[in-house]
Amino acid sequence: MNGNGTVFIKGNHAIVEAALDAGCRFYAGYPITPQNEIPEYMSKRMPEEKGVFIQAESELISINMVFGAATTGARAMTTSSSPGMSLMQEGISYMAGAELPGVLVNVMRGGPGLGNISPSQSDYYQAVKPGHGDFHMITLAPSNLQEMYDYTFDAFDLADKYRNPVMILTDGLLGQMMESMDMKHDRKPLYPDAKKEWALTGAVGRKGQRIVSLLMDPGVLEAHNIKLGKKWKTMIENERKYELFNVNEETQYLIVAFGSMARISKGAMKLMKDLKIGLFRPITVWPYPYEELKKAAAGVKKVFVFEMNQGQMLDDVKIGLEGSKPVEFFGRAGGGVPMPEELCDFINKNK
Amino acid sequence: MRKGKIKIDENRCKGCKLCIPECKVDEIRMSTKSNKYGYNIVEFRAANRCNACTLCAIVCPEAAIEVFELLEDDK
Amino acid sequence: MKEKVLYKRPVALSEKPFSYCPGCTHSTIHKLIAEIVDELGIREKTIGVAPVGCAVFAYDFWNFDVTEAAHGRAPVVATAIKRIMPEKVVFSYQGDGDLASIGMAEIIHTANRGENLTVIFINNTNYGMTGGQMAPTTLAKQVTTTSPLGRDVKTSGYPIRMSELLLPLQGVKYIERVKATDAISIIRTKKAIKKAFMNQITHVGFSFIEVLSNCPTNWKKDPVESNKWVDETMAEFFQIGKIKDIQ
Repeated sequence: MNGNGTVFIKGNHAIVEAALDAGCRFYAGYPITPQNEIPEYMSKRMPEEKGVFIQAESELISINMVFGAATTGARAMTTSSSPGMSLMQEGISYMAGAELPGVLVNVMRGGPGLGNISPSQSDYYQAVKPGHGDFHMITLAPSNLQEMYDYTFDAFDLADKYRNPVMILTDGLLGQMMESMDMKHDRKPLYPDAKKEWALTGAVGRKGQRIVSLLMDPGVLEAHNIKLGKKWKTMIENERKYELFNVNEETQYLIVAFGSMARISKGAMKLMKDLKIGLFRPITVWPYPYEELKKAAAGVKKVFVFEMNQGQMLDDVKIGLEGSKPVEFFGRAGGGVPMPEELCDFINKNK
Repeated sequence: MRKGKIKIDENRCKGCKLCIPECKVDEIRMSTKSNKYGYNIVEFRAANRCNACTLCAIVCPEAAIEVFELLEDDK
Repeated sequence: MKEKVLYKRPVALSEKPFSYCPGCTHSTIHKLIAEIVDELGIREKTIGVAPVGCAVFAYDFWNFDVTEAAHGRAPVVATAIKRIMPEKVVFSYQGDGDLASIGMAEIIHTANRGENLTVIFINNTNYGMTGGQMAPTTLAKQVTTTSPLGRDVKTSGYPIRMSELLLPLQGVKYIERVKATDAISIIRTKKAIKKAFMNQITHVGFSFIEVLSNCPTNWKKDPVESNKWVDETMAEFFQIGKIKDIQ
């Protein structure tokens, strides 16, 4: 696609266009519903951009191919849905350990196990508390297709900025739906030709260099972890992102919801105009905007947490509020998607 | 007969002895020395029998042996 | 008298002494790869992928670019590197636990995709680094730390011949099984590995070299006895020779 302008597009396709606009030139992925449109569309679009598309033979292979691609300095991405993301946890941890950038998209579905293929937010924990070892990963949760496109692009910049994997946490609802959004093909990546001195591009005029996550000498791994820890701290300080919707001095009730659930919450708010309800929507679910949440909730009577799971982000809300406000939780599980009316009923009964 | 000699990097030798049977002229043997890592190492006997065949160096896992051919000086 | 150097340490090896046990085949094959990289003049365009296992430290010993890979994943890491930079010479170096067990899917599919890269497979019939546990390649009745009474084929299956397993895959162009137990077999092994690298450079395609290797420490044999065991016992089951060669 060329030029800018408004298009009517499917969520999973928006991710592909954003990745290519951001300079992604390597993609490996494995079929799993509800993200199949990404590898399908990518298999057509990536060759047009002279990049590498590989249909991997498992999610383990996908993520380890992204690891390999990242060692060369190329911008690389893989996508999957919940069960596949579980398999990728190995590679994500290795990338964080080896300080390799890369973008991962989780188009969540119901679980646990094979679960179902309905939209869900069941992988919040897996996204914000990923893999083995002491590491973190910036995780962006879009709630419309414009954000799907914009944040996927952002994710590549953030991955390069911090030399760390970045995740887009979305779900089957946003992946499968169509919506109009603005393409920004002219947007320039922040680190387009950044010279990645650490990349393996052949030891021309220098000694061989290495990319490793195994650090066996006494004290070296601890020092590496402390160095990474400073990086996590910088991310927490600089990258927290959130939306405040209808939050003001008169707000009496605050809904906290992310992704699709924030959309549905906005629908519920429209139906309850007589109540002074505001919405706090974390956009980065890691780093979580704790302080901003507490501030937004300062004047309200009660906080409602809505999720398409049985209460995962709820933990973070409680951490953020530090016991300062009563919290009520409503969730739908196993691929259940609530109607706005269900949220209204819950608010009316529990306000 | 070609004349040669070998040079053993003592701190690379681990005394695995793979070079000893490889030498057809019995020029390599275990020494009584240990290197800085504590390995009991081999030594070149320098008995004027080495023909620079390089087999010892080829078999040496540590790349610890260098082989030289000794050339007559130009008259 | 003048001296002419007939054999010296390859430039593509770093200064660091190998961390492997005395007489270990890993050291020998590392050295051969470095010699080949020197001879082909490809140090500045070679990218190695190290496994998990004893040879995870391979990057300490080679003076060219090397990345680590998670256990068994080296061929797919190598695939991505080669696809992005087709002009580079890319190889994975893997042991039998890494390649034939946890990495079975990765090696089979990389071979089947016919990736234009080189795989060096070090088969020493056990998991060396973790202390000598049974591997898929452990011989029947062979004693390891997890088969203390010898590998029981009724419960653990028979050893896998990886080279023969890859043979029917059309993407695979060259397979040779070699050993490195004496100077002559090492010279042959070097020739095979060099051919595998040349196949990549001349775009022939996927090449797989299986090296029957020793593990003196875990086998509880000295290096000379270990190599004898490779020659007499291992090579009886894993037959040495060219298995596939399509130009």
